[in-house]
Amino acid sequence: MRKSTNQKAWWLVAPVLLLVAFNAFIPLMTVVNYSLQETFGDNVFFWEGVSWFEKILRSERFHDSLLRQLLFTGMIIAIEVPLGIAVALSMPRKGPWVSVCLVLMALPLLIPWNVVGAMWNIFALPDIGLLGYSLNSMGFDYDFTQQPVSAWMTTVLMDVWHWTSLIVLLCYAGLCSIPDAYYQAARIDGASGWAVFRYIQLPKMKRVLTIAILLRFMDSFMIYTEPFVLTGGGPGNTTTFLSIDLVKIALGQFDLGPAAAMSLIYFLVVLLICWVFYTVMMRNEEQ
Amino acid sequence: MSRIEFKDVRHAYPSAAGQAPVYALKEISQVWEDGGAYALLGPSGCGKTTLLNIISGLLTPSEGSILFDDREVTQLPTTERHIAQVFQFPVVYDTMSVFDNLAFPLRNRGMPEPRVRERVTEIAAMLDLSDRLNQRAAGLTADGKQKISLGRGLVREDVNAILFDEPLTVIDPHLKWQLRSKLKELHQQIGVTMIYVTHDQVEALTFADQVVVMHDGAVVQVGNPIDLFNKPRHTFVGYFIGSPGMNVLPCKLENGQPVFANNLLSSGYPVDTDISGKLEIGIRPEFVSFCDDGIPVEIEKVEDLGRYQVVTVKHEAEQIKMLVGEDQSIPSISPQIQFDPASLRLYCDDWAVETPDA
Amino acid sequence: MNKKWILPTLYILFLMLPIYGLLSMSFKTTNEILGGFSFFPQQFTLVNYIKIFTDPTWYVGYINSLIYVVINTVISVSVALPAAYAFSRYRFLGDKHLFFWLLTNRMAPPAVFALPFFQLYSAIELFDTHLAVALAHCLFNIPLAVWILEGFMSGVPKELDETAYLDGYSFWRFFVRIFIPTIAAGIGVTMFFCFMYSWVELLLAKTLTSVSAKPIAAIMTRTASTSGYELGLLAAAGSLTLIPGAIVIYFVRNHIAKGFALGRV
Repeated sequence: MRKSTNQKAWWLVAPVLLLVAFNAFIPLMTVVNYSLQETFGDNVFFWEGVSWFEKILRSERFHDSLLRQLLFTGMIIAIEVPLGIAVALSMPRKGPWVSVCLVLMALPLLIPWNVVGAMWNIFALPDIGLLGYSLNSMGFDYDFTQQPVSAWMTTVLMDVWHWTSLIVLLCYAGLCSIPDAYYQAARIDGASGWAVFRYIQLPKMKRVLTIAILLRFMDSFMIYTEPFVLTGGGPGNTTTFLSIDLVKIALGQFDLGPAAAMSLIYFLVVLLICWVFYTVMMRNEEQ
Repeated sequence: MSRIEFKDVRHAYPSAAGQAPVYALKEISQVWEDGGAYALLGPSGCGKTTLLNIISGLLTPSEGSILFDDREVTQLPTTERHIAQVFQFPVVYDTMSVFDNLAFPLRNRGMPEPRVRERVTEIAAMLDLSDRLNQRAAGLTADGKQKISLGRGLVREDVNAILFDEPLTVIDPHLKWQLRSKLKELHQQIGVTMIYVTHDQVEALTFADQVVVMHDGAVVQVGNPIDLFNKPRHTFVGYFIGSPGMNVLPCKLENGQPVFANNLLSSGYPVDTDISGKLEIGIRPEFVSFCDDGIPVEIEKVEDLGRYQVVTVKHEAEQIKMLVGEDQSIPSISPQIQFDPASLRLYCDDWAVETPDA
Repeated sequence: MNKKWILPTLYILFLMLPIYGLLSMSFKTTNEILGGFSFFPQQFTLVNYIKIFTDPTWYVGYINSLIYVVINTVISVSVALPAAYAFSRYRFLGDKHLFFWLLTNRMAPPAVFALPFFQLYSAIELFDTHLAVALAHCLFNIPLAVWILEGFMSGVPKELDETAYLDGYSFWRFFVRIFIPTIAAGIGVTMFFCFMYSWVELLLAKTLTSVSAKPIAAIMTRTASTSGYELGLLAAAGSLTLIPGAIVIYFVRNHIAKGFALGRV
């Protein structure tokens, strides 16, 4: 799209800027403040400078959490994105089933995250849950409370169950907004189904997909409630992702300083990855 | 290239169960000669796009059959009909270059690459796109994109007809004329059948050799622009063509001659006195003039359009438009008008009552 | 064409299984749930639902949540629409950075931010109000709304705007009567996501409320911690949380599925 330069566009953006900055600025400054200080409670602070940052960046516990997190996020994006696109492509565009499909697919997204964790906890218990019971009666030795692999599989499955619909809904809306004439022209041009996907559907979905992938990346990197309720970070610390670790430090040990510093480090990691991804995706747009 | 024929085609879009079907196209039997330049003219909703989509195979008619060169193609899918269609707004494959866009239909059909290159360069030259072949198609202006759409149709060597569905809608006004001329030029160069759908009479009348006027799902008249203007066979045609359109006024018959406002209007031809139904006369504003002894009217509005003026007058409840030359004066005291009898046409139930010489 | 049904059907079945688990749990007593696995409730009971509908501390939670979520959705979407248009159509100083900065507000782990938020909203005397939660949720919902809307708006060619201006429309008249209907699909999707993210957000909602505006999700966690796991009750409460969101998506489904016809001004 050829954009015209117009500084008056700032007026259109001003309300957004106000509302978001109001919520962002002061809390952020407070957290930065914490990250540079040490406290033993009672609102007494001692200046620490960047020593928290140094300690964390060197700690093995941090490296472990980070790696676990990256692995987890990588896995779920690799599963959810193709699955989401495939489901969106195969959903009907018109007809009575559309409403049914949309409502049913949206349901997992609407459940409070603590309930999601609790549901899957029960669902996966070897003796009383549907999943756990079925898997064990089929001969698999499955117990997510004891085995790290089972715990990982369950956590990933839970996330796929919970969040794939986000990708489906976004991609579906993007697909629906492709005018019929494009498909008609493709028929006239003799294009195959794959060509239609590659040259019409995928390009038109690019923006929507970018948002979906960024959202999933950010949300999964920050994931806390569901895995915490499901596994508590265990067995041991095998499913302790970064937020769980963070909360343990912040609230468990009441170490606001390191927790704040860790938050900021994680924030910067996410920021960097998102920024790279976004720049690559949008590279072709401006000509 | 081929001759396209419609035989008793009717089409109703699927309606809810239990409801009577609504026919978007009612009973069309029409022949489109090979190599002709046709325009399908009519207001929105008259069924033109439906008709076009039936020709290209994007739609299968609920009744009737379509023949290409006497070969039944009604059930044939779009890809096998060898039709090209240009849509209302430009359809280009954004991720591809202009060259690849034009090459796309050929590559899909397995044409060898050197031949593809030849064809694309040829067509690009015809459309003045040669200097943009390596650009990304998404970066072109609307008229450039429409040219690409058009090019994808022209580049195929086996095209039976090219269909245009209001292709100039999103084009800038000053570029519309350019594109229209280009289309006419291409038609003369290549000679492929072209069917051009529009609601704009200027586009239709300048592009086409034969204009098919549609109204409410039916073909109302087919003819060249001059015939449509002078001898409209339906009140809709008279009203739709010409700017301003024909005046249609209710009338009565007395002794076989039409009477309007108690004025006997000689129609110049004898009329069957037995006809009954809604009777109207049609007279174009060009053929209404002021006189000393005619139908009394009141002047409502005068619009000065430069070389002529459009005067709207009123007789009782009826509004009549007239065209008056720029230096002709408009009488201010009890103006009266008359109709040129040679240009008067009589209509019964919207259809023209045939005259011996028509 | 019929083969296309397999994937959505399997997917929906996969989604429905745990939800069925939740629903059937809500009709069981906690004892039955913990006693062993049963596909159908052996002793079907409505006691959990009765508790929720009769105990004000429970159903008020739903009402509170609904109130602030609706307020937030309305604010977020209305404010995001003009901004998204600006990002989509115009170049201005700092536009790319501003656009990306919006998203960065969703990138920080929330745990540590709870305390500062509490201090901020207490300072402006909005603590324990629906408005506080609605405003606080703007932090992550407005950027989301702007990003999603901008994505949809960029799919609408600028020729539409230009044609409208040529036809004599003023900016706001064009925006309201032509543009917004054109991106109806995007607005529907955006509304749903704002609703959803606000509805399920727990940390800020819990932090900024105590009694009068306490959301349902917070009430559920309270149950989980104080009286052990009252699973049946939790399941019933969880099942009920599905309803408002399902209604929202039912109403916007037409917007999602309709798509739009380009250029029909």
